[in-house]
Amino acid sequence: MKKLPAQSKSTRQIDENVDKWLLRLYIAGKTPKSMSALSNLTRICENYLTNCYEIELIDLLENPHLATEHQIIAIPTLLRISPSPVRKLIGDFSNTERTLTGCDLPNKNTNFH
Amino acid sequence: MTELKSESPRLQLLKAPTGIQGLDEITGGGLPKGRPTLICGGTGCGKTLLAMEFLVRGAIEFDEPGVFITFEESVDDLITNVSSLGFDLNDLIAQKKIFVDFIYIDPSEITETGEYNLEGLFVRLGCVIHNIGAKRVVLDTIESLFAGFSNQFILRAELRRLFGWLKDKGITAIVTGERGEKTLTRQGLEEYVSDCVLSLDHRVVAQDSTRRIRIVKYRGSTHGTNEYPFLIDDDGISILPITSLSLQHSVSNERISSGIPRLDAMLGNGEGFYRGSSILISGAAGTGKSSISAQFADAACRRGERVIYFSFEESPAQIMRNMRSIGLHLQQWVEKGLLHFSANRPTFSGLETHLTTMHKEINIFKADCVVVDPLSSLLIEGKDVEVKSMLLRLVDFLKINLITGVFTNLTSGGAALERTNVEISSLIDSWLLLRNIEFNGERNRGLYILKSRGMTHSNQIREFLLTDSGIELRDVYVGSDGVLTGSARVEQEMKETAVQLVHQQEIEYKERELENKRRVLEAKIAALSADFAIQEAESLRVIQPERVKAEKLLLSRTNMMKERSDIDEKLNPRQT
Repeated sequence: MKKLPAQSKSTRQIDENVDKWLLRLYIAGKTPKSMSALSNLTRICENYLTNCYEIELIDLLENPHLATEHQIIAIPTLLRISPSPVRKLIGDFSNTERTLTGCDLPNKNTNFH
Repeated sequence: MTELKSESPRLQLLKAPTGIQGLDEITGGGLPKGRPTLICGGTGCGKTLLAMEFLVRGAIEFDEPGVFITFEESVDDLITNVSSLGFDLNDLIAQKKIFVDFIYIDPSEITETGEYNLEGLFVRLGCVIHNIGAKRVVLDTIESLFAGFSNQFILRAELRRLFGWLKDKGITAIVTGERGEKTLTRQGLEEYVSDCVLSLDHRVVAQDSTRRIRIVKYRGSTHGTNEYPFLIDDDGISILPITSLSLQHSVSNERISSGIPRLDAMLGNGEGFYRGSSILISGAAGTGKSSISAQFADAACRRGERVIYFSFEESPAQIMRNMRSIGLHLQQWVEKGLLHFSANRPTFSGLETHLTTMHKEINIFKADCVVVDPLSSLLIEGKDVEVKSMLLRLVDFLKINLITGVFTNLTSGGAALERTNVEISSLIDSWLLLRNIEFNGERNRGLYILKSRGMTHSNQIREFLLTDSGIELRDVYVGSDGVLTGSARVEQEMKETAVQLVHQQEIEYKERELENKRRVLEAKIAALSADFAIQEAESLRVIQPERVKAEKLLLSRTNMMKERSDIDEKLNPRQT
């Protein structure tokens, strides 16, 4: 695990395994921080899951009860709904490597196949 | 002091009453309203329960809905746990008076990918607070967050923000924290919560574990500074209230009988003890302390009063059996519900727990009289100092509620008799001292009144006997030989009886002698009269022929005269 992989190959492999990645991002208000988190996430997804991901953005200020229902404490929180199992990430995704590990996204050196 | 208080109520900190027995007393009215309070302590010392009771009582008694955020137990577990303590959370949740939320953090499931904050927690809290209009919030225990998140800087900053946020909202909050090694809490929560800190403790001293509470700090308020023992039972927490802060209790002039008429007489005017006084019966083993207590209980029940008998040495059945032997039938009062036995082994729990339990039982039973038999068995070596104040509180509590208390105290053989080993004598109004009087090769029971406030009591020693029909007090013989009791007294009594008997016999003898004399006299009279009768008869027998003879003589003389006159007439007929 040295450097970021050349993306296209691994992305294609993911495509074959799953239909679509469903990601849910919880934020509290459209603050600069949450916006930068969203852009960081989008960047990573674009690089690794080109066109086969979907980010659902939930603003807790609009739906506060969802914080309780979905056990959210930290902001921003990302839930990987599918593929299962559900994974939970917190932070603004400024650390790409940790984001990849957290999402269980394979990079160049850790191929599933 | 009272004037000062009444002058500045507005300047004083507003307080949120907890409704927890005793806590409001030691905090001077409750926890600081609208501010966070930290409750810290080790495992199993009752933090969660104290916090929960604060919420429940707030919701029920003070109409302040509350939110309980648990980080450790699931909602169902929590509800089950506190239901065993008498709180029906489900009902309160249904009424929207309490909301319980379980925040579950598993660090292994979370990956941190950069900067974050705890806005989610704020949103969650804000949402539930808004939903039920909560005034009180419990975070139990927020330290779990430290296990869930690795970035300490963010966490600490967020906690600071959280407490500030709660304060802004005017929420009275309780934050619990586990005791740290050198700090009050493991994560130093006391840094953030600076208004009120309570420390709970669960300590084992001489194999007794006792929970205690202490107010470490309470900014802007006076408070009790001691450690106060508390108890967790079916009704939640009760902190042994401190009632001895003032000496303002009212008194009763009513006198009640001790059940022993002779003892009542000794206490002046034959009326007995004052109602609401504390009576100490001390003495060595086997001097009859329990018997006097039981007699007192019996007399109280006979008057229709309610009596609690705390026994620490004998089971109720044993007491009732033993007391039957001196003619006290306590069973009937138990059946009528006037007498309640509460028997516990002294080692069953710590002294503080015992006292707190007693406190509760007295309140629940609404007792008029209380017997503690014996007080001394509650004491454990080396705990005297702590124990003393506890007993003071119990005695004081009874006095304030005008409950007559009878305590027995076992004095050990070597100890000075006029000393109680807990030095509560200063609180005692009437002190009966029972002692074995050893004399003439036997031990006998003696009773005297060491002190009895407010009455002209006897200064005499009385011997007391346990008879089939109860306790009897007897005069003892005090003479040049000292105090005579038991067989010596009996001997003395016999001597007196003997002297009396001699006198009696003397009188009887004299009477008999007199009687005899009379009889002799009468016999003599009878003999004389018999003799006289004989003589009389004899005389009569002699007199009779003479009389006949005289009559005959007279007759013949008459005849003779007649014949003579006949001759005269013949000679001179005109003479008649």
